[in-house]
Amino acid sequence: MKEIRAIIRVEKLRDVLDALEEKGHPGVSVTRIEGHGRQTGLVEQFRGREFKVDLLPKARLDIVCTDEDVEQMVQTIAENAKTGGIGDGKIFIYPVQDALRIRTGETGDLAL
Amino acid sequence: MLKRISILFYLALFLLVIAVGAWAGDPTGAATLKADPGKAVDYVWVLVCGFLVMFMQAGFACVESGFCRAKNVTNLMTKNLLDFVVGSLAFWAVGFGIIMGTDWNGLLGSSKFFLAGNSYDVETYLSFFWQLVFAATAATIVSGAVAERLKFQSYLVYSAVICLFIYPVYAHWVWGSGWLSKLPFGLGHLDFAGSGVVHAVGGFVGLAGAIVLGPRYGKFDKHGKPRAIPGHSISLAALGTFILWFGWFGFNPGSTFSAHQLRIAVIAVNTTMCAAAASLTAMLLVLGKTGKYDLGMALNGALAGLVAVTAPCAWIAAWAAVIIGIVAGFLVVGGVYLLDALKIDDPVGAVSVHGFNGVWGLLAVGIFADGTYGNYATTAPFVQGLLFGGAGGGQFVAQLIGAVVVIAWAFGCGLILFKVLDAVIGIRVDPHEELQGLDIVEHGTPAYPEFYIPRV
Repeated sequence: MKEIRAIIRVEKLRDVLDALEEKGHPGVSVTRIEGHGRQTGLVEQFRGREFKVDLLPKARLDIVCTDEDVEQMVQTIAENAKTGGIGDGKIFIYPVQDALRIRTGETGDLAL
Repeated sequence: MLKRISILFYLALFLLVIAVGAWAGDPTGAATLKADPGKAVDYVWVLVCGFLVMFMQAGFACVESGFCRAKNVTNLMTKNLLDFVVGSLAFWAVGFGIIMGTDWNGLLGSSKFFLAGNSYDVETYLSFFWQLVFAATAATIVSGAVAERLKFQSYLVYSAVICLFIYPVYAHWVWGSGWLSKLPFGLGHLDFAGSGVVHAVGGFVGLAGAIVLGPRYGKFDKHGKPRAIPGHSISLAALGTFILWFGWFGFNPGSTFSAHQLRIAVIAVNTTMCAAAASLTAMLLVLGKTGKYDLGMALNGALAGLVAVTAPCAWIAAWAAVIIGIVAGFLVVGGVYLLDALKIDDPVGAVSVHGFNGVWGLLAVGIFADGTYGNYATTAPFVQGLLFGGAGGGQFVAQLIGAVVVIAWAFGCGLILFKVLDAVIGIRVDPHEELQGLDIVEHGTPAYPEFYIPRV
């Protein structure tokens, strides 16, 4: 079992979610976050004075899936989140020890 | 509680005493209309324009709250309402009498207090309404310069003092046949609709307030470099500027105090031309510096042009309005950067818009007046500036004297007022309240309760 954490462009969120649904992976959590990687922010201005905005809005997806599904999931996310420009985001993969579906008490892959 | 009730009782008794005074005026208006049936259209003109000027309060409320942060919006809206509320009562009690009452040595008016006795008269009430909405405009300018850190209680006292004394005294000197209007240069000091009387007074009292208060937390970094503190709603700021521009069509053309002077058409055109030229100039100046089209500065620019043309609008042609506007654009942009460099924090640009450009408007009369309009009259003697003979620059000298006097009076009174208030009740909210926002601490009512607003 693995957890996939993807940090992507907010405007690409819809595309990624649609693509995941098409592949039949319903379980996903989305968080609106702020941050920056190599892309270090924007310069905005107010009444003639410029200021730097370091943290840009991004969307974070958290998905837990079986070991077999990981590669396909990561590829689907990467394909649909990509624009080729700086700021497309990153995907991280973590091992997950176990899972439990609260309603039924199922554990392991069955709980996903 | 008992004490408060007894105060109200004495107030009621006092009003009753005023009410039984003798009537020698014309409270019905019938006699005034019979004497001159043309008055009807003048009354409608002045009142409609006065209503437009009152609506400028909404414009100021929008500009100021839009240019400030969401955590202080309730506070700014309350200040904009209450300065009109407190100011109206203060102006009725004393202010109007100081402007338009019987002149005492060219310094003060000394009758018509509480609109009592002979003042129960349509002509006086018309004049009162007109002067009231102007006084309230001067009062509301200051709230922008002192925004986001001035205690509400101090603001109430300030509102009363500017409408009781600071504004009326200077307005008497210029508009109430006081000493400035009788200067032996040109036709005396002239300020058609109040670049000096209204805007420079508001702007320089605001400057004094901003200096005594000190900058907002975070306005300057630890090396003293100014930082932008972006306003929470550029839409509100833009809407407010449109409302103010619209209101100015009452402010300037209405100042003829007569619909029989068709010069009102010229005044309306000049008002718009100057605002347009100033707005474009301000936007281009910032474009040259940062490479971006800055709406905030373009809005400040439009207001700067409106302020600058307020004094000369009746005495000039459209081309002069455009030139005055271009200079106004330079002044407002330069003013904003200058105040930042001097470590003075004026959150909405009120000092640059109203103070600096108010003074420029006064001087512009002495330069561009082209001899086609007189002293609030379409008949001679006409007003002539430096470019049009102007009898050896006399008018310019009168304007220069007025400009120096308005700066000294407004800044001096403002400094004394805010220093005294600071010593007696304190004028600045404590640092924790400032970070949290004045809305919750002073009013208990956040302006946007269903949105997340970062609070410390």
